[in-house]
Amino acid sequence: MSEQDIDKETGIETTGHDWDGIRELNNPLPRWWLWCFYLTIIWGIGYTIAYPAWPLVSQATSGLLGYSTRAEVAEEIARFEQKNSALRTELANVELAALSENADLNRYAVAGGAAVFRTYCSQCHGSGAAGAKGYPNLLDDDWLWGGELDQIAYTVRHGIRNEVDADAHWSQMPAFGEILEEDEIGQVVQHVMALSGQEHEANLASQGAVIFEEQCSACHGEAGLGDREQGAPNLTDAIWLYGGDTDSLTQTVTYSRFGVMPPWGDRLGEADVKAVAAYVHQLGGGE
Amino acid sequence: MSADTPPPLYAPQEPIFPRRVQGFFRTFKWWIMAVTLGIYYLTPWIRWDRGPNLPDQAVLVDLAGRRFYFFWIEIWPHEFYFVAGLLIMAGLGLFLFTSALGRVWCGYTCPQTVWTDLFILVERWIEGDRNARVRLWNAKWDAKKWRLRLTKWAVWFVIAVATGGAWVFYFTDAPQLARDLLSFQAHPVAYMTIAILTATTFLFGGFMREQVCIYMCPWPRIQGAMMDDATLTVAYRDWRGEPRGKKHEGTTGDCIDCMACVNVCPMGIDIRDGQQMECITCALCIDACDDVMTKIGKPRGLIDYLALADEPRERAGAAPRPIWKHVLRPRTILYTILWSLVGFGLLFALFIRSDIDLTVEAVRNPTFVTLSDGSIRNVYTLRLRNKHGEPRDFRVSLSSEEILRINLEADRRNLITVDPDSTTQQRVYVTARPQDPAARLDRTELRFWVEDIESGERAYRNSVFNGKVSP
Repeated sequence: MSEQDIDKETGIETTGHDWDGIRELNNPLPRWWLWCFYLTIIWGIGYTIAYPAWPLVSQATSGLLGYSTRAEVAEEIARFEQKNSALRTELANVELAALSENADLNRYAVAGGAAVFRTYCSQCHGSGAAGAKGYPNLLDDDWLWGGELDQIAYTVRHGIRNEVDADAHWSQMPAFGEILEEDEIGQVVQHVMALSGQEHEANLASQGAVIFEEQCSACHGEAGLGDREQGAPNLTDAIWLYGGDTDSLTQTVTYSRFGVMPPWGDRLGEADVKAVAAYVHQLGGGE
Repeated sequence: MSADTPPPLYAPQEPIFPRRVQGFFRTFKWWIMAVTLGIYYLTPWIRWDRGPNLPDQAVLVDLAGRRFYFFWIEIWPHEFYFVAGLLIMAGLGLFLFTSALGRVWCGYTCPQTVWTDLFILVERWIEGDRNARVRLWNAKWDAKKWRLRLTKWAVWFVIAVATGGAWVFYFTDAPQLARDLLSFQAHPVAYMTIAILTATTFLFGGFMREQVCIYMCPWPRIQGAMMDDATLTVAYRDWRGEPRGKKHEGTTGDCIDCMACVNVCPMGIDIRDGQQMECITCALCIDACDDVMTKIGKPRGLIDYLALADEPRERAGAAPRPIWKHVLRPRTILYTILWSLVGFGLLFALFIRSDIDLTVEAVRNPTFVTLSDGSIRNVYTLRLRNKHGEPRDFRVSLSSEEILRINLEADRRNLITVDPDSTTQQRVYVTARPQDPAARLDRTELRFWVEDIESGERAYRNSVFNGKVSP
């Protein structure tokens, strides 16, 4: 810019740039604006040095202040765990039978148990705890291994029919396809249908009753009421884990069933085991 | 530059030194200032006894607890429509006042106007009236100028701090917060809010003043769309005043060109140039001119509240129309009716507001549970709100055309106790025995009732029972 070029129309200096006769007025940015702009640049450089910013090959620069959102989250988790630690210690040591007397602890256990349930249990038992075929419904009033708080907690802690935990609930129904003839199985099935008050063929069922007493009553009881010591289901009620129709029952008797649940005691810790037991207990079927 | 060049887009601020004025409108404005400032500063300190478990501050916006207390009214977040209704009323109210009286909000009650008035009052006390202030403005920065300026700024600053300080008291218990603020134990948000409001008050009231109205505020631009030729504005009767000039120079108009109207104007304009964007209709020029007219023995009202439609009428020799004829028009009456309708609607909603707040949510995961005896059970979550200051017991029951049994978790008497000022959730089980029709019906309508066992007040919610349909 050797000499000033003043626009005749407006009296304002132009930048000297000329595009096919169109010239640009030189209206510079206000000083204060420009300085603010420079300041933001300087601030931005400082910011990228102080905080994590520049991406490198494996990770970004960590920044001089050592800030990280991950550490912040960890800190918050630690803060809340610290806040809850008294409640958790209390929960780990509480006699479950006495839990309902401590309203605050009970509320904490149920709310916490709900979260534990959704994380670890809902895959099999369903998010609403209604179970599925082969996975018990936890909302009803029928329990294979007992529905008191302590019994539920034991089941959660040690699991069922797993080889990981020596204290796991264990029982095994024989596959009667190798023991009984096909028509005998049919008769037993008719007897079980009779036990649960469903439609059945009476003469087959009466023959089945004899076989039932010989083969099944040791675990399911003579009246078919089951035995919680062995996880033997009650055959007289309206609840069926694998289905209560003739086909399902024939399959169950022929091939047997072997439902498995892992032990959670070591993974969850005592407080969470009790919490989830409290949650399951209050779903509507607790004893 | 040629004559038809557009005016520059930037105009430096012209200093304005409004002169002291006395008269009807000035007195009226002092009263409005006293009342509005009084309301603003004193409201948080009014106590209102609501019982042991609720705050005793009459007006309290409890953001953390999500409650708004206004004397005997308590508003919960789900009743926000009351606030929406008040905002609609405020909007319609502004339509009404703007269509009838023009920028009356700007001139009398806008915080910017009230606080600027207060700041100018302080300025006048410390630095003197208009002429003294002009002299001081032009004077060198000597000791006297520094002393006056610093004193003025200090008083402004105290007012600004008090303004920001009063604001935060609306959001928490005022006496407790005052103690915390003074002992530096209050929450940083309180200090930051005070700091920001102090800065804006100091800047807007002390230095920016009319600039806020002219350049920052969108409201005057919107107002222009709501005024018509019957709307009252402050105007100059030029058909009476012109030609202006000193009497002994032989002019015949009433205006003696004394500049009183210009000198008192806080916006720095000359009202005799006609309606202007800057005019906030503060009416101080009316007072100033009336004073002069009285002194020279002419009738008052050379500058007056006038509507555009008045000019041709008065030019033709008609007498000035009374104010009420300007104000009472179909348009303003319509606004008044709308405003009142919303107001009555809100009052009605307030008084029929149920004392028991009940919601019922059917648990549909799963829709029903089969029990060992074949009964079908549905689960519902009841949510009960207690707005009282003491705990209340509610009995839950249900009614339905089919046979259904209800029972609550862990309570055979079907009682729910709700703590004061809180909401309680309760799982409720409804069961149909295998022989009952409801166990096999897809849908059974049912109605939950809750009853306050002390007052006998009842409320209900409808829901549906799902049975097990045989395929």
